[in-house]
Amino acid sequence: MTAASPVISCKNVWKLFGAQPEQYLKSLTGNPGFDEIRQAGYIAAVRDVSLDIAKGEMLVIMGLSGSGKSTFVRCLSRLIDITGGEVQVEGQNIGAMSEKELIDLRRNKMGMVFQSFGLLPHRTVLDNVAFPLEMRGQDRHERRARALEVIELVGLSGREDYFPRELSGGQQQRVGIARSLAIEPDIWFLDEPFSALDPLIRREMQDEFLRLQEMLGKTIVFITHDFDEALRLADRIAIMKDGVVEQCATPDQIVLNPATEYVAKFTEEIEKSRVVHAGVLAREVNGYSLTGAPVGERQTISELARLLVNDSRDFLPVANNAGTLVGAMSRQEALNVLLGEGS
Amino acid sequence: MTDLTMVHTGKPQIWTRARIGWAIFTAACLLAVGNSVLPDGLVRPPEWLILPFADWINAIFIFVRDDLGLLYLTRAFADGVEWLLDVTANLLYGKNRWPRIGPIPWTVIASIGFVIGYALQGWRLSLLTGGTFVWIAVMGQWKWAMETLSVIVVAAPFSILFGLVMGILAWRSKTFEKILNPILNIAQSLPHFAYMIPVVVFIGVGPKAGAIVTIIFSVPPMIRMSLLGLRKVPHEVIESGHMCGSTRWQLLRHVRIPTARTEILVGVNQVIMQCLAMVVLASFIGMPGLGQKLLQLLQALKIGRSVEIGITIVLLAVMLDRCTKAWATKQPEHFEKGTSFAVRNKFLLLGIGLSLACLVLAQFIPLMDQIGRRDAFTISKPIDAVADWFIVLIDPVTQWLRWFLITWVLIPIRDAFLWMPYAAVLALLAAAGWAIGGLRSALVCLTFFGLIAISGWWDRAMITVYTVVVAVCIAAAMGFPLGIWGSFNEKRASIALLICDTLQTFPSFIYLIPVVMLFGVNDVAVVGAVVLFAAVPLVRYTIEGLRQVPETLIEAADMSGATRMQTLWKVRLPMALPTIMVGVNQSVMFSLFMVIIAAFIGTQDLGQEMQRALSSTDVGKGLVLGLAVAFMGLMVDHLVTTWARAKKEALGLE
Repeated sequence: MTAASPVISCKNVWKLFGAQPEQYLKSLTGNPGFDEIRQAGYIAAVRDVSLDIAKGEMLVIMGLSGSGKSTFVRCLSRLIDITGGEVQVEGQNIGAMSEKELIDLRRNKMGMVFQSFGLLPHRTVLDNVAFPLEMRGQDRHERRARALEVIELVGLSGREDYFPRELSGGQQQRVGIARSLAIEPDIWFLDEPFSALDPLIRREMQDEFLRLQEMLGKTIVFITHDFDEALRLADRIAIMKDGVVEQCATPDQIVLNPATEYVAKFTEEIEKSRVVHAGVLAREVNGYSLTGAPVGERQTISELARLLVNDSRDFLPVANNAGTLVGAMSRQEALNVLLGEGS
Repeated sequence: MTDLTMVHTGKPQIWTRARIGWAIFTAACLLAVGNSVLPDGLVRPPEWLILPFADWINAIFIFVRDDLGLLYLTRAFADGVEWLLDVTANLLYGKNRWPRIGPIPWTVIASIGFVIGYALQGWRLSLLTGGTFVWIAVMGQWKWAMETLSVIVVAAPFSILFGLVMGILAWRSKTFEKILNPILNIAQSLPHFAYMIPVVVFIGVGPKAGAIVTIIFSVPPMIRMSLLGLRKVPHEVIESGHMCGSTRWQLLRHVRIPTARTEILVGVNQVIMQCLAMVVLASFIGMPGLGQKLLQLLQALKIGRSVEIGITIVLLAVMLDRCTKAWATKQPEHFEKGTSFAVRNKFLLLGIGLSLACLVLAQFIPLMDQIGRRDAFTISKPIDAVADWFIVLIDPVTQWLRWFLITWVLIPIRDAFLWMPYAAVLALLAAAGWAIGGLRSALVCLTFFGLIAISGWWDRAMITVYTVVVAVCIAAAMGFPLGIWGSFNEKRASIALLICDTLQTFPSFIYLIPVVMLFGVNDVAVVGAVVLFAAVPLVRYTIEGLRQVPETLIEAADMSGATRMQTLWKVRLPMALPTIMVGVNQSVMFSLFMVIIAAFIGTQDLGQEMQRALSSTDVGKGLVLGLAVAFMGLMVDHLVTTWARAKKEALGLE
């Protein structure tokens, strides 16, 4: 997954709210807890977060409300100035950018989708979607053509002339998504995009989102408070609590090896077999004699359930999409994931 | 309170706010009782204490006017305004100035009115807007009404622009807002006349002075609403603007201002209503139009004709209010794909078509062009007849009422207010302040009234206070029961609120017509006008407060077996009290404004002095008097809002 240089790279990012956060941060020694900082009259929204996001990766930041996840994503796009540390986007320190450079970066590289949509109420769907293009001064015809293209992409053709308040929540968010894609950004921020929608629509929008991502292959930072959503979409999940990233790993690893108690609590209720893939359980082939048809590395254990129960082999070969052997999976281990460790 | 109790742990607290309040109150009573033995310096402010504020203000004014050369600036601005006024005057009523193409036939303006009303809300509003113009034309008041409107047409855009710019500046800079806020507070409680005097000094009298005083008077609400609107733009909308790569200017122009549209348009509505109120009153500084006519007719006691003009002013007010409100609440709607140009722009085309038709017809039918005085209808004769009959009919009642009120209510109370030593009054206010908001509020009260005391207008101020107190008490005695009655079911409440809303759009001047008709020109008429004007907000907020009580509380009371009266007294009224007090606050403000306006029908209070200052263009005196009135209002405002905030917190409403 990791490419040569990360698209976004955070080093020790801090965000404190309070009277004189910079001075307070300098005076800090060691790593004080959230409550300790609050005693001093500051709110620690983001505490010492270091993360790299690779090109084409989808990083989901998961946390309950107040965990600092929304603040963190705003630090990445510099909607909020950070208190300490450094955020680099494609090698450039965005904290040091001038206003003009920052605007240029947003006009050409970044798109963002908001929880309550953030649509402009006085503009039609078309004008909303074309808004970022208008801001960078493209001419009317080009704007219109590109906006219509993205509107079609999100499935809103025929509603170009509607005003936001004439649309349902799901449709409004489609407008939000279309707008964020209009400038063909490389980096796509989504701040709880589906949280304001009802569960059925949410599911539908997630499918839609996966379809778009497959087509576009953007670098994505996706915020959610819904663990299922995170598992469903993520390449990697970063779980935040009180401003700290508790664990940042693939869904399989989080489910199999929760790093902290807090993470473990989240994973307790999750049916692991739906998350864990055969590829993760595959070991090196050395010493085992493998026979029979291999299983695919992207198949989840729950998809393989029937096979696992009926098969008699101790080790199953695991192959990738191209059919090359990548390893061997212990049937017992897989069954443990499926049925729980138990007796 | 809580930290105080924490300090005195264990010990019962002896000096609570209420107790200190009572202690000061007792002192006040002692001062009042001992009136005859008090030294003179405590009965009335002594000579040496009275500061010549008026002279100081005049000195500053002369310095600013002559030495800083502000006069040239204001005159230049006034000339610009005058040029615009001439253009609108020519178009609307044919004043002989550039572009010399007016007057526009009345049918054209009326038909545009019909179309605008229809486009904004539908046929009801269309009838109101168009009908107003038809009424004006048919009653032969076209020229006066257009004189009034021509000023509004020029003044309102200036106010809106100034207000928006100031609002944006205040939103950008916290410091500017901090400076602006107290100025706005005072500006919004200064009586109308206080604005006129400086304008007369700088600009003179006549239409342009009227226009400029109107601009100044109507700016504050626009500033407030722009600021409010810009503050209320949702966070995410602004962030989305940022993420779309907007520069600061683009963000303001394309994101913030359009999203704040509704609040800004409510500001426009308030500007226009304030403009109308002021334009009518500007007749006192030689502004021609409906106000001047009304003033002349009222002074000549021509009831029928003044009722006609009154109806016109009311219609204009309601029409302007409804149109701007409809505009503010109107939401954009899309057209289906493939809708033709004609349908998309049907109102524009309809307006152009109708106007052209009327323009052509007016060339052949003179009555469609202009209706002269001779052709106009009048209903003044029957109104006069009915009014005469009615006055004769209820004369015994009004005579008795007048006698009773003057001899048994007004004069005794006035004498009591005048008898009170000023030290006692100040102590009384301090007691009220302390009981409500502690030391801070007590000091606020003392400062405001102390300044009035040392301004040298104590007796006049007391007469104003007495009129307001009497009027608000009578208004409350009428308004509360009416409000409670009006709140009992949804339908009644909505009708009552509609009536209150409509009454509140009337310029204050209008309220003088019925009372002058009934009581003639005296104290009772003044009190009557103030009572009418002050009762409206009381009724309105009583209904709103009672309707806002959460349904679950009432259900809980019902299930506890409360009767309707018990629910009212034990649940609804206590919960509604903070809102009702907002009504009392407004009521006091309205009363103060009205008392000052009513001065011209004969009072001996600050208003009368202000009229004198106006006729002798004494800026210093006028401003001192105006500030005295403003301070009274601000003190009441401070007390009521402090009390209401504490009460709301205690009730968990905020």
